[in-house]
Amino acid sequence: MASFKGVDFYNVSDLFSEEELMIRDTVREFVEKEVVPIIDAHAQAQTFPMGLIPKIGELGLFGAHLQGYGCAGLNNVAYGLIMQELERGDSGLRSFCSVQGGLVMYPIHTFGSDEQKERWLPKMTAGEAIGAFGLTEPDFGSNPAGMLTKAVRDRDDYILNGTKMWITNASIADVTLVWARIDEENSYGGFLVEKGTKGFSTPQMKGKWSLRASITSELVLEDVRLPAGARLPKTPGLRGAFMCLNQARYGIAWGAVGAAMSCYETAVNYAKSRIQFDRPIASFQLVQRKLAHMLIEITKAQLVCWRLGRLKDEGKLRHQQISLAKMNNVQMALDIARNARDLLGANGILDEYPVMRHMCNLESVNTYEGTYDMHTLILGQDITGIPAFT
Amino acid sequence: MKIVVCMKQVPDSETQIKLAPDGGGVDLHDAQFVVNPYDEFALEEALRLKERFGGEVTVVTMGGDKAKEALRTCLAMGADRGVHLNDPAFAGCDSLGTAGVLAAALRKLEYDLILCGKQAIDDDCMHVGPQLAELLDLPQVCVVNKLSVAEDGTSAVAHRQIEGGSEVVSVTFPAVITCQKGLNEPRYPSLKGIMGAKKKPLDEWRAGELGIDPASVGAGAAAVQIRQFFPPPPRSAGRKIEGDPAHAAKELVRLLREEAKVV
Repeated sequence: MASFKGVDFYNVSDLFSEEELMIRDTVREFVEKEVVPIIDAHAQAQTFPMGLIPKIGELGLFGAHLQGYGCAGLNNVAYGLIMQELERGDSGLRSFCSVQGGLVMYPIHTFGSDEQKERWLPKMTAGEAIGAFGLTEPDFGSNPAGMLTKAVRDRDDYILNGTKMWITNASIADVTLVWARIDEENSYGGFLVEKGTKGFSTPQMKGKWSLRASITSELVLEDVRLPAGARLPKTPGLRGAFMCLNQARYGIAWGAVGAAMSCYETAVNYAKSRIQFDRPIASFQLVQRKLAHMLIEITKAQLVCWRLGRLKDEGKLRHQQISLAKMNNVQMALDIARNARDLLGANGILDEYPVMRHMCNLESVNTYEGTYDMHTLILGQDITGIPAFT
Repeated sequence: MKIVVCMKQVPDSETQIKLAPDGGGVDLHDAQFVVNPYDEFALEEALRLKERFGGEVTVVTMGGDKAKEALRTCLAMGADRGVHLNDPAFAGCDSLGTAGVLAAALRKLEYDLILCGKQAIDDDCMHVGPQLAELLDLPQVCVVNKLSVAEDGTSAVAHRQIEGGSEVVSVTFPAVITCQKGLNEPRYPSLKGIMGAKKKPLDEWRAGELGIDPASVGAGAAAVQIRQFFPPPPRSAGRKIEGDPAHAAKELVRLLREEAKVV
């Protein structure tokens, strides 16, 4: 089968620089050669392709948008294109990189001490250390401010207690950024908890129908004693966590386009080659309508991403604009994945084609880093000035 | 160790070939272009030798403006310097003309070793590497899939692929080696490499700077003239041999012997 050439109906490529395109094409080739051939087996077995981590580190994809500490120092558009190409392979792979770069390296880089940066960033860039981000709790998802995990000061140390859930990479992480309420400060803080710390365990969550090629775990913290140096010193309370989420949401907006392109490409190829009633099914109007709809939505989403990235690079981006892109692009990708699954008929449920894997993955992507409904409310508040969250 | 890699930008191997309406060439308007895959083996080998011995890797290409993209890809992979031999007079060179232009450039460069791909995947001639070695009066080892360079970096033992086996050749530097698949696994350009590529030196040399008389190169001076391009005849439909397996097998062998004359 011919290698992936992308979907570009509006010559959106012309809007990217030579370097941005070279980066996109390098990651595209990497995904084609290293990810596509193995990802279905990993999804079936519920394992993460660990062998990819050093290779991704060598390419420099982890924390590629950060400056210094061995990071590539890319602009946000190039970073977005990387996310797009990774998620063309699998949302779980993009999630891994989003967590590593956007949710762990970014806060260490932004809120960390020099010592924390020196200790973790070079290793994480190289893929020699894996990070996880613990915010969500069993009873606090869309409402993280209600979290129960607490950090209590004990002379020079902090004692952490609580439980987190839905934590990507936690069971394989060398360091987990755990968010906790600090009552004595009436605020929240981020703490770097290292693998093997006494009282800290990360039972893996099983039974997912989605993001199966990605590790998801709980965090259990029982009287975990951390030195004061484990706290990220410059964290602006819970707003720090939201700043991280905005990084991840930005990457998701691009990534969803990659998953959608994969489904669209599969659907077009299938429609042209699948014969029913002595004709390729591509010759039927109902099929053409589906394909046209997919192309329209992908094209719009690509332009949204391009503009979003340029705004971010110009320092003009508002988080409400990320919300629009995240909710729109993931919804369109999910819609395209479902339509592609339908168009492929019975074959659409097999792992011979990527569509059902993408479709199941996107259910998670639609939910994490803010559900469609929560982003709707963010936009609602931005339009009307009236918060409707509670 | 100073290594020069000769590289050609070629259409991506998945390009759909379309002939120009007049049959005088291939229409590459919509084609995607890449670094010739065999030249990637040459560059990867050069980069590994540089990692081992230190030194400098220079990539030389002859081509139009677009070829600069391929040179940047090589710089992103880790080459130190690019030299772009770009002059309208070079257009339409045959392989000997190309080798002549490259040789003129090589005479201006310092090198201990010259690495080429064994062939370009567009015209598949396999000429330029050997011709270049002859023009520079250097030893050549072609179609190499294993290269062991001595500790002192002045000679190598090369394994070259020949029919039914391999030939082991020792060679002293400077030499021209043409590279075959299996020699190594070319690296991806790293993001930092891509971002740093624009800061690396990329020279453009025209015919005058190479001391080449424009009339002596290009289509007009080519010894080989391409008369016509035409697509292969469309494949005729296959034939199905019906009947029980034993009979069908007999009939197949008869047809292979009597009609196709291949057994």
